[in-house]
Amino acid sequence: MPAPESVYFFATCLVDLLYPKAGLAGMQLIRRAGVDVIFPQDQTCCGQPAFNSGYRDEALAVARSQIACFERDIPLVVPSGSCAGMIRTHWPELFEGESDVQQALGLARRTYELTEFLVDVLDIRLADLGEPVRIAVHTSCSARREMGVGDRIRSLLAQLENVEVLVQEREAECCGFGGTFAIKQADVSGAMVKDKTDALRATGAECVISQDCGCLMNIGGAFEHQGGGPTTQHVAEFLLERTS
Amino acid sequence: MNQTADFSRRIDEALHNDQLRRNFRVAMGGVMERRAQQFPDDAQLQALREQARAVRANSLVKQPELLEQLERRLTENGIQVHWAENPEQANAIIHEILQDAGARTVVKGKSMVSEETELNHFLEKRGIEVVESDLGEYIIQLAGESPSHIVMPAVHKNRFEVAELFRRHHPDIPYTDDIDELTQTARQVLRTRFANADAGISGVNFAVAETGTLCLVENEGNGRLSTTAPRLHIAITGVEKVVARLSDVPPLLEILTKSATGQPITTYFNMISRPRQPNELDGPEAVHLVLLDNGRSRIRVDEELLDTLRCIRCGACINHCPVYVQLGGHAYGTVYPGPIGITLEPQRLGIDQAGALTSACTLCGACGEVCPVKIPLPKLISRLRAEAVNEQRSSTPLPGRGSLRKSGEAITWRLWQQLNSRPRLYRLFTFFATRLRWLTPTRLGGWTRYRSAPSPAARTLREMARREGFGHE
Amino acid sequence: MNEARDRILGRLRANRPQAVAAPAVYRKPLGWGREERIARFTERMQTVRGEVHRVSRDHWVDWIRNEIPSRGLRHALVGRSAVADRFAANIGEAFDLTRYDRRVDDWKDTLFLGIDFAITGTLAGLAESGSLVLWPGPDEPRLMSLVPPLHIALLDADRLFENFAQLIERENWAAGMPTNALLISGPSKTADIEQTLAYGIHGPKALITLILE
Repeated sequence: MPAPESVYFFATCLVDLLYPKAGLAGMQLIRRAGVDVIFPQDQTCCGQPAFNSGYRDEALAVARSQIACFERDIPLVVPSGSCAGMIRTHWPELFEGESDVQQALGLARRTYELTEFLVDVLDIRLADLGEPVRIAVHTSCSARREMGVGDRIRSLLAQLENVEVLVQEREAECCGFGGTFAIKQADVSGAMVKDKTDALRATGAECVISQDCGCLMNIGGAFEHQGGGPTTQHVAEFLLERTS
Repeated sequence: MNQTADFSRRIDEALHNDQLRRNFRVAMGGVMERRAQQFPDDAQLQALREQARAVRANSLVKQPELLEQLERRLTENGIQVHWAENPEQANAIIHEILQDAGARTVVKGKSMVSEETELNHFLEKRGIEVVESDLGEYIIQLAGESPSHIVMPAVHKNRFEVAELFRRHHPDIPYTDDIDELTQTARQVLRTRFANADAGISGVNFAVAETGTLCLVENEGNGRLSTTAPRLHIAITGVEKVVARLSDVPPLLEILTKSATGQPITTYFNMISRPRQPNELDGPEAVHLVLLDNGRSRIRVDEELLDTLRCIRCGACINHCPVYVQLGGHAYGTVYPGPIGITLEPQRLGIDQAGALTSACTLCGACGEVCPVKIPLPKLISRLRAEAVNEQRSSTPLPGRGSLRKSGEAITWRLWQQLNSRPRLYRLFTFFATRLRWLTPTRLGGWTRYRSAPSPAARTLREMARREGFGHE
Repeated sequence: MNEARDRILGRLRANRPQAVAAPAVYRKPLGWGREERIARFTERMQTVRGEVHRVSRDHWVDWIRNEIPSRGLRHALVGRSAVADRFAANIGEAFDLTRYDRRVDDWKDTLFLGIDFAITGTLAGLAESGSLVLWPGPDEPRLMSLVPPLHIALLDADRLFENFAQLIERENWAAGMPTNALLISGPSKTADIEQTLAYGIHGPKALITLILE
């Protein structure tokens, strides 16, 4: 599709409160490409945490409260594979049989994960102004399997000529975040993130980049707890820094 | 909840067993690699998956008619068909058949359905000797354990553990931990069993309604021996295993072996349609098929959950599960572990018995991606979680709906809903969270056992967006 | 038991899921010529330690007479087929021969302990998977290709099909299945210990295919 004049931006509750710089970088990348970014003030959450825990009524109540924020027929860009995936792939199921299902489907159809939007719609061109750096990429399970956009982050990074992307062992394996899984099955989650951080450390990468702050909070938090290891950053922040 | 506490305990044991986790890492990595090598062309893989899905889905559509046709053809062919609603009936039927034949020794091919009914234990208590003949099953029988994987039952054991078991149980044979030598020991020890057993019991991979044919897949030859050498053969399988036509078999066979063990085909594919005919010189003189329901017909009532019944028991989902590789099969405490286990067992046994298993999943989707018959496992697991905490959600005949609802958790989600559906309340919350971020606890239970605690930023994205001049509505 | 049957079928009839559109074609024909089929079959078999030799239709007995004694194998088992008769007529003193001509129940011990190798014909072969297709019967019973430690199978080069689907369709298996039909794709093996392949467990330890041309 040709580049729209303006888009909505959906913070996601995690980015809004914990990683706002990542969201801001995403918005700035879009604005720099000549597209107006609208941030409706009333937005909150896509409903995923409750949905994944089985509390679908509660998830539905929160999800439907978002629809009115994004009424115009313009794309909704989301700096998270997991939240974009919730809207695009799970809202249809969540809203099935509901009176506002058509509006929900309408919004779901125009929802994009950020890197997906930057590549598929804006086809942005990036010039690397940064020093040489060796990084690893963690693709979230949602970006990879629900949204099918795992390759978009790679194609953006491939444009940065001073960035070397190292590949960790068992690259496609889940990092163990899984939202409420990290709380409900804390020890299994801990074992999984330990394996993931071991594999990332072993690459020698200086930084780990991802489309999803949930995974970064998990992986980055584990590195901090263990001591040493690469830094972590959302892809939007990384791209903006490298190209400004 | 007892089941939650028991599951936690088993998980804890598993996570502390470093040897076990090392064994599983190596085993799962290898089997994933071998499967990938069988599918170099993704377009072909997807076409084959779609083909297999259609065959299995359409078998389920016509399941009652196909079962009747299967029964008719088998009966015409001289194979006797029995129906069992539950494990008790299945075990009683099999025991009666054995008793009528005066059979006291049984040699057994691999059957997960017989694990469901705990057949071996039932028969042994009644004085019938049962020997598992598949090497993996034989190993765990010696160890007194249950299978930890549906295709590789002894995957949790390394060769030293096997060598030790063999040393203890075959004292006349000199100790070895060489895999080829251990294999020859098994051949030698089990040979007389095949030759002398009164009866053979097996599972079934596919039951073809069109021709009344039972199909079995295997590498070792023990399945063929168990179903050919003794004078009596009893097969047991689930009612969902029926397929319509012979032409349905090749795509299922191909995708089963490639998904399960990364082989283009297994050593043997054994298709049984009749007992020994008057002019034939070997084969069992009597062949029986026991069709077991055990919750399957109840699952089929639900339009969404019935996809579970497409399963052809390849184990690929288990092999690719990032949680299973940390825990191994025994931690699940059920006949079927891994993704298919946490989907099937709560349905088969009830959410009140096995619903806690659904927490052992990050919804990563690796399982659904490799399932040869495209069962949407993450979607079904998510559905089961919803049924587990809300009895009112649907009227599906799944036992134990709502049994995992905890008032504390329910109240938390109610509060979460209030917070997130009222923008002003949400803004107020995030305002205080940011301004008072220095109050964020640094210890947050299970999270901070392995990670540093996250803390709110100084300003929310909402505030930053407005400050940076982005439009707001 | 009839009650169980009725209750199970009754529950199954309570719901009828939607049918799924099946893809039209499972496998397009691969278009392999005779030589290619032989090559593919051979490669697949050899990958799983199956031995394959191309032998003239008239001289397969000679091949066995020349090759097998040097492997220390003496006691042969054949059935009552044309293959069996041909073998029996041409081996001279090279082997001790047993004919599988009576019920197994009468001579099981010898079968399990006293036979070094068995020779059978085959119905067909499958190139893509490297498989032999057998329909055992009164002339060549089931245990022949299973119990003796070596199985020698004769495969007519003109009976090599591309794959299982092609064979089932072309020869209309649906019209009538035998007591037992088998696909045999190598000597017996297992990977149940440390996922390491080990050959020669319960079925034959060795499989030799003679492709007859």
